[in-house]
Amino acid sequence: MNVETEVLWLDEQREVSLRELLDMSGLREAELLELVHSGAIPAHDGPGTDYRFSARLITVARTASRLRDDFELDTRGLSVALRLLERVRALEEEISRLRAELPR
Amino acid sequence: MKYADYYAALGVERGASADEIKKAYRRLAQKHHPDVSKEPGAEAKFKEIAEAYQTLKDPEKRAAYDALGSRPQGEEFRPPPDWARQHGGAGADAGSAQFSFDEADFADLFSRFGARNGALAGEDFEVPVEISIEDAFRGTTLSLSLSMPEYDASGRVRRVPHTVKARVAPGAVDGQRLRLPGKGGKGRHGGRDGDLYLDISLKPHRLYRATGHDLFLDLPLAPWEAALGATVEIPTLSGPVSLKVPAGTSAARKLRLAGRGLPKPRGGAGDLIAVAQIAVPGELGERERELYQQLAETSEFDPRRHFAAEGT
Repeated sequence: MNVETEVLWLDEQREVSLRELLDMSGLREAELLELVHSGAIPAHDGPGTDYRFSARLITVARTASRLRDDFELDTRGLSVALRLLERVRALEEEISRLRAELPR
Repeated sequence: MKYADYYAALGVERGASADEIKKAYRRLAQKHHPDVSKEPGAEAKFKEIAEAYQTLKDPEKRAAYDALGSRPQGEEFRPPPDWARQHGGAGADAGSAQFSFDEADFADLFSRFGARNGALAGEDFEVPVEISIEDAFRGTTLSLSLSMPEYDASGRVRRVPHTVKARVAPGAVDGQRLRLPGKGGKGRHGGRDGDLYLDISLKPHRLYRATGHDLFLDLPLAPWEAALGATVEIPTLSGPVSLKVPAGTSAARKLRLAGRGLPKPRGGAGDLIAVAQIAVPGELGERERELYQQLAETSEFDPRRHFAAEGT
């Protein structure tokens, strides 16, 4: 097989629906909603199934699903883990920026 | 195929209880999980641990695994002729004589346990990809060679090499994730095909250091260029441009070339930031030394004036 394929950028400019995020992450609806309500996965727009998510969060939701399966974490544990991972990500981004600014 | 010693992977005895196996898995998973550990090789190590645990935690799979006997890790081997039929593993329907064990991975032997005939979604794959800063600037077409499991109608699995071509438009940054829908493992019994996720990172560059869409570049200046100002040529990704260095530029001053960084996917671009450095000749000629000497005697400039500030 050698066909050039469709490529979707998972960034802030693209949005996905709750249903799409569930399909792509493997999270159950109740789990995802709990993570949204706890603030670990930020959503916007109306309530219920009208939630919209930045496509960047596909990676976050997939991580949540992986951590749930690999560590048998419940949603409260996932919520804490995701918040800490987000802090690590932000710090790594900051370090990378500072490193870029440092002369060689 | 190569034998995998699942007990050794988890660091337990062959007679370990289900509880001991679970504890060993949890301990190792916390250490090597790729979302937790940034150690090189963590991902491969975790895959080995997870594969071992997936089989040993399930009594049916563990019995089938034990029936293969104990061998050294990595030894080339084939399951006994009637193993698949007795234990219901991969190839059971077709009879192991026709099943090509050579084209399957060791873990594939156990993948069919518990499989139902309902729709099964194909596996998603995540692949790290390194591209150059030039490729991020111009866009590039990736050609990815992947080995994916494929199942025939009777559930036999084999590894099939796939080449996936993906056009990455200009503007990828370090950490950019891309999704290629339907390019993961094939779905079974009407299940959807899995997706392929690419995790882009940028290779280190000889001149530029990227952060987001901005690029940093060290700009060495001769002492007189820094003091008097100068117009210097700066290499950018779209060719050289002239930059006016203002008189009195000290080291670490940032000179910004707006829009000369990496392009953004929906228009615009980051900046190229040249960071001034003062470069001094390693050896001075006689005349140069004289001139510097004269300057030292004439100048009243004290770069360390602030050392003597109040309270120190």
